[in-house]
Amino acid sequence: MSKDIYVVVEQRNGHIQKVSYELISEATKLAADLGEQVVAVLMGYKIADKADALIQYGAQKVLVIDAPVLENYTTEPYVRGIEYIIKNYDPNIVLFGASSIGRDMAPRIAGRVHTGLTADCTRLDVDVAKYQEYLRKATNLPEEKIAALDTSDRNLKMTRPAFGGNVMATIVCRNYRPQMATVRPGVMELGEKDTSRTGEVIMVDAGLTMDDMNVEILDVAKQTKKAVDITDAKILVSGGRGVGGPEGYDPLRELAAELGGEVSSSRIGVDNGWIEKDRQVGQTGKTVHPELYIACGISGAIQHQAGMEDSEFILAINTDKYCPMMQLADLGIVGDLKKIVPALTEAVRAYKAEKAAL
Amino acid sequence: MKIVVCIKQVPDTAEVKLDPKTGTLIRDGVPSIINHDDKAGLEAALELREKVGGTVTVVCMGPPQADVALREALAMGADDAYLLSAREFGGSDTYATATIIATGLRKIGFDLVITGRQAIDGDTAQVGPQIAEQLKIPQVSYAEELDVDGDYVIVKRQYEDQSHMLKVKMPCLVTALSELCEPRYMHAGGIVDAYNKDITVWGFDDLKNDLNPEWIGLKGSPTNVFQSFGKKPKVAGTVLDGLSTEEAVEKIMAMLIERHII
Amino acid sequence: MDFQLSKMHLLQQELYRKFAETEIAPLAHDMDESEVYSQELLQKMQKYGFFGIPYGKEYGGVGADTLAYTLCMEEVSKVDASTGITISVHTSLCCSCINEFGTEEQKQKFLRPLVDGSKIGCYGLTEPGAGSDVQGAQTVAVEDGDDYIITGSKVFTTNSGFADTCVVFALTDRSVPAAKGMTAFIVDLKEMPGITVSENIQRMGIRAASNCIVTYDKVRVPKDRVLGKVGSGFKIAMKALDAGRIGIAAQAVGIAQGALNEAIKYGKERKQFGKTINSFQNTQFKMAELQTKIDAARLLTWRAAKEKDNHGNYGPYAAMAKLFASDVANEVTRACVQFMGGYGYCREYPVERMMRDAKITEIYEGTSEVMKMVISGSMKLK
Repeated sequence: MSKDIYVVVEQRNGHIQKVSYELISEATKLAADLGEQVVAVLMGYKIADKADALIQYGAQKVLVIDAPVLENYTTEPYVRGIEYIIKNYDPNIVLFGASSIGRDMAPRIAGRVHTGLTADCTRLDVDVAKYQEYLRKATNLPEEKIAALDTSDRNLKMTRPAFGGNVMATIVCRNYRPQMATVRPGVMELGEKDTSRTGEVIMVDAGLTMDDMNVEILDVAKQTKKAVDITDAKILVSGGRGVGGPEGYDPLRELAAELGGEVSSSRIGVDNGWIEKDRQVGQTGKTVHPELYIACGISGAIQHQAGMEDSEFILAINTDKYCPMMQLADLGIVGDLKKIVPALTEAVRAYKAEKAAL
Repeated sequence: MKIVVCIKQVPDTAEVKLDPKTGTLIRDGVPSIINHDDKAGLEAALELREKVGGTVTVVCMGPPQADVALREALAMGADDAYLLSAREFGGSDTYATATIIATGLRKIGFDLVITGRQAIDGDTAQVGPQIAEQLKIPQVSYAEELDVDGDYVIVKRQYEDQSHMLKVKMPCLVTALSELCEPRYMHAGGIVDAYNKDITVWGFDDLKNDLNPEWIGLKGSPTNVFQSFGKKPKVAGTVLDGLSTEEAVEKIMAMLIERHII
Repeated sequence: MDFQLSKMHLLQQELYRKFAETEIAPLAHDMDESEVYSQELLQKMQKYGFFGIPYGKEYGGVGADTLAYTLCMEEVSKVDASTGITISVHTSLCCSCINEFGTEEQKQKFLRPLVDGSKIGCYGLTEPGAGSDVQGAQTVAVEDGDDYIITGSKVFTTNSGFADTCVVFALTDRSVPAAKGMTAFIVDLKEMPGITVSENIQRMGIRAASNCIVTYDKVRVPKDRVLGKVGSGFKIAMKALDAGRIGIAAQAVGIAQGALNEAIKYGKERKQFGKTINSFQNTQFKMAELQTKIDAARLLTWRAAKEKDNHGNYGPYAAMAKLFASDVANEVTRACVQFMGGYGYCREYPVERMMRDAKITEIYEGTSEVMKMVISGSMKLK
């Protein structure tokens, strides 16, 4: 019978990606609900020494496939590796990071072993009671539908956004095993690392050779940062009249850099020559819908709103409590951006440093 | 060279609105478009044809209304078009969809198959690789550059932190990022031509010799929708006044963490 | 009766709409301010077939019809009326003359490059002393061996600042009225010695369009460039204007719809007295009236286009469409500026430009008064 939760570990140049630890953390919770184990699958070349960290995050077993063909990621050898594991170990659940690697190999594997795969999950449940609690808290599903769920159901309930996040859907894979999902990085809570944990490391020979590679890597290039279009940015830190001058954008740039976002502006900053035209949001600028729009010292003239009102979350920082932007904002902070923004940058930096020191 | 481009007709999600009362999707009156990544893939195919010759065929699985997506592709310059459309295909998940499209592709024949990386309605990025798997050909996904060199395609494959230049022998499948190409407009005269051409429509009977009915449609799909719902309707925002800088930062940090922004 | 556009026409409409919104709209404001038409935009439109819509594939055209052409005119004029007139003068004045009255040889030589997108055309009829009354024309063409020698001056020649080909009308026989003594010629504006094109004439609206005085000083034109019969120029000119009016009607519909769309967008966001101004019933009723008038103008325009495509007597229909649509364009743009108040009057918003642009639709290719002459003339009143 299919059992245990397998996490396909993602490593790049020997570095285990954070999403893998997040997945192991999540898998330990699911495993507890199911009474099963967490197994990490580590693939690469000269990689076996990384297995301990996986155990410290909660993997009870690590299967290591170590082969020269796995040095750089290419689809086919990695697919064969996981195919071998699935056919020989019969997992109940297999989880991948929804990265450009996970999303490349997982569908191909699901196709090969003929099972279902759910992409880009933001939530996983086995236990129905926990799932019901989530539905009640975060969704608009009516109570009678929630209460009618069969509590003995032990299928993996994979929840994901669709239509650009406008709707959510929970997907199940009832008749095929393993149940497979890719999970967005940064979504699952990272558990505590515990060096006292022990587990088993098993070297697996999946029979991979250089002949398994059906593409040739001509060149590997580190991405050089291109000029970013603000319409692509997931986070925008935007300044208006309240920033006061060209140097007023500097603290905004620092905050944006810390959040992995971009700086944008209302019209006033562009008209005064404080910032480049291509960063202007609004009627005569660009229309944006980032995940987070931080409006700093922007009163929110109608022309500006037209360009940003569809942002997923709007944070306004302004001294004027009654300005239109405050009414539009999901969270409005009445205060001086010149104090709050630098302090916020510091706080984000400190939080990230703390997280990085795992 | 025979290039086949798979396109999907999708609702323009930029125009999809939520019913504020029910939290459900309002799909009425939402225009249908060719999925962005697919259109970039089509443009890449047209440019390759201009460079090395050959033909560009477009394939779409969908309801009869998807005809217009194929006409648009023809008006951009594709040579011929196939619509895979049958009630039996309805409700297919990515596995079942790939099964059907791969069956169509085997019948059409190809040197290079191009799909979009992912569709804006489902965002799964699964159908391309699953078609490649069914066809047992190599895949390169996340293509940001594409060229042909004899029997090989040269692809710049994008990763989050780097890119690889890959060389793959045809037949193979490439999934296109929107960045791959800026699609051209339809040509006004191409639109006239598009409506003077026949689109080949294949239903279940046309493909059934090569298609396991157990593996397609709602029943043949390994995954099923268990529940679908909207997020809790957006409540009026909170405005906080009179906070110290530290308190303000604390509130903002809590929001950033809750929303997985940091 | 069928009021539905065909699928082919719907896709044409989608192309023009998308192109207009993406490529033209962002340039409209700056082109108006600078009074210079973007040559890059022009070339892009040529590439996608915008300058050969109702002409046959056999001449390198798009192979669509007048209806498709009106769809183009409406969509581009929604965002920029100057683009509308640029396409219209080329298509329904210059090309239509050659298409209808040219010999096969002339079509291959002159029409093909115009409709396949390699050359731009214009039309020279109006003179400083001859507007609605063509009888006042002074430009003459004197026979000289195998050539004619043209001398005179044409005013308000749209596109002449960058056009390659011009259909120009000149008197070949001054002993008879202009209606009988006028002949049409195809001239190369850029290549024939003696032609001078002035600076742009400064105007109230459609300021991005090129519109100049073209002076002909003993311009030698070979006889194989005579269009139609010698002496039939007036008939050709009038026939072209009949067709041209369909395009102008569509342009007027576009200006009106474009302005109303802007006003609706504004009214959804602008709040007064605690609610959006679109939520006032007064606004809603006004919008309903304006939209109804625009739709009526559109239907008149489409009817004229269909009549032309069916080779019917479309002249009076075209005149009715232009008379009504140009009036609606002025009414709607005026109402939209009023609705948007101070913002509407500001150049930051496009409605003030649209209001200025709307005026010309009552004037060119026959004034509204001339339209009434054409319509009443068809009514057997006497």
